[in-house]
Amino acid sequence: MNTSTRSKWWLYAILTIAVLAVAAPFVWMLLGSVKTTAELRQTPPTWWPEDPTLDNYAELFSKANFGAYFLNSTIVAVVVTAGNLLFCSMLGYALAMLEFPGKRALFALVMGTLLIPGVVTFVPLFVLVANVGLVDTLPGLILPFLVAPFGVFLMRQYIKGLPPDLLDAGRVDGAGELRIFARIILPLCGPALATLGILTFLASWNNFLWPLVVAQTEDTYTLPVALALFSKGQNATNYGLLLAGATVVVMPILLVFLAFQRRFIEGIATTGIK
Amino acid sequence: MSTAIERAPSSQRATGTEGGPSPKRRRSTGLREGRAAWVLALPFCLLFLVFTLWPVAQSLFMSFTDTRAKDLRTPFSVDVIGLENYTRALSDETFLRAIRNTAYFVLVGVPLTILLALAAAVALDRGITKFRSVFRLGFYTPVITSIVAVAVVWQYLLRDEFGLINTVLGWFGIDGPNWLGDANWSMPGLIMMAAWRNFGTGMIIFLAGLQGVPWALHEAASIDGANTWQRFLHITLPLLRPVILFVSVTTMIGYLQFFEEPFVMTNGGPLDSTLSMSLYTYRQFGFGNYGYAAALSYIIFVAVAVITALQFRALRENT
Repeated sequence: MNTSTRSKWWLYAILTIAVLAVAAPFVWMLLGSVKTTAELRQTPPTWWPEDPTLDNYAELFSKANFGAYFLNSTIVAVVVTAGNLLFCSMLGYALAMLEFPGKRALFALVMGTLLIPGVVTFVPLFVLVANVGLVDTLPGLILPFLVAPFGVFLMRQYIKGLPPDLLDAGRVDGAGELRIFARIILPLCGPALATLGILTFLASWNNFLWPLVVAQTEDTYTLPVALALFSKGQNATNYGLLLAGATVVVMPILLVFLAFQRRFIEGIATTGIK
Repeated sequence: MSTAIERAPSSQRATGTEGGPSPKRRRSTGLREGRAAWVLALPFCLLFLVFTLWPVAQSLFMSFTDTRAKDLRTPFSVDVIGLENYTRALSDETFLRAIRNTAYFVLVGVPLTILLALAAAVALDRGITKFRSVFRLGFYTPVITSIVAVAVVWQYLLRDEFGLINTVLGWFGIDGPNWLGDANWSMPGLIMMAAWRNFGTGMIIFLAGLQGVPWALHEAASIDGANTWQRFLHITLPLLRPVILFVSVTTMIGYLQFFEEPFVMTNGGPLDSTLSMSLYTYRQFGFGNYGYAAALSYIIFVAVAVITALQFRALRENT
């Protein structure tokens, strides 16, 4: 009893140190974003800001134009999420509840591409987007991500779990299939739609390779692209500004995560895909 | 995880059971249903065809051609050169270096990430009773953040002179290396960051898997005198095996494509020590060598496919 209590305290101590170590980079980023660059260059590094200032943020949004990149990231993530919610649940419903020719082949085809790395398609995708004149436009950033196999998988699994009697009830009332989908099925898909929505928004917000390829001027930069190019350019040594930039990229997602963390973690546990 | 396809209920539902409509009506219902299904499927299928299937096929075709950036406007001036891009890749010293670097990242990074995830999950599952969700949240948070943003932050944490990590090492009398500036330490630096960012995903999946380990087995074993470590080794670990394999493969697929970390933190250096397969592919694309880049990307694809196939075989053998 005594030894098990003591070992329990040890475990709490170790876990506390571990969680502090995991959180440390974020805390350091937040604190660093309100330090001056001179302070960030000090040896040994300071932990608590000596002279807190919001100058880095002011410069980020005035000179570095991060407000515009923030808007681009938001537009892309919102449209991509809406597209996935709508189109993936439509197909998910058809695959889960309806019979149609080619159904099995279609499902196999979609699932077969679940694991294809983004790096495999970006070269021909760029050629395609360039040929239709969508390079350096927001539609060019959005269109390739409007649908994803993962969304179909998730929605199909969820809708399969709904009672099939719903369908018959709708049909007896004379409703068409599309109406049954919109009025009966979709309103019942709340939890699955929430999981899919959060995961898609997150993936879009953090997406990097494709925006890096397609966004070629400041007009279409998303936040990660702007931050990455910023950290390599003439601002590479402006540490305060870069940490403020990293904070602006991370914070909105962190807040969304904290608000919906239960749904997030359930989504990961059931699907196993981040 | 389970992708079992249950067909029977849906086909029964579609054609109606006894007491349902007459065969004729049933057929017209089926027709209407089929049409409605394709209307619902159409938007997805169009976008999927244009932005996924076509590029996958086109990428394969391009990898057998000498397509370059200037051919964008004159697609018919492209020549088919067979396997030349692939033979070139396998004799390209820099790409071979990138393969070795990627293998290093995967072979060290994946076990480290799994180990951290497993340790955290076991500690949170049975070890403690209070604040479990707080710890879980804390460990999971890095997963949701942009790799670009955390790479920018870690670049400073890993600095030689005023970096946080070397300062902490200094407390214990260890003189930390110049992580990102030293060709021997740059990869360990990136691996450390990747493990930190990714172990939370594995932890969550392990926590779900541990729910399926019956506590009665542990109790029986401890009556027989097995200690905690023995019980972990002989009860928990074997039962968790399929979950561990699953997490290994998803982590491996992600790590095989690592790109943002070296792009932001080291640009592949120093001396190409952190140049990854994806980063090198991106560079060739940047040089305008589209055909060559497509071939390189297909080599990454094949690596991912082979590892996934091996995983499924291992899973089938063990369950």
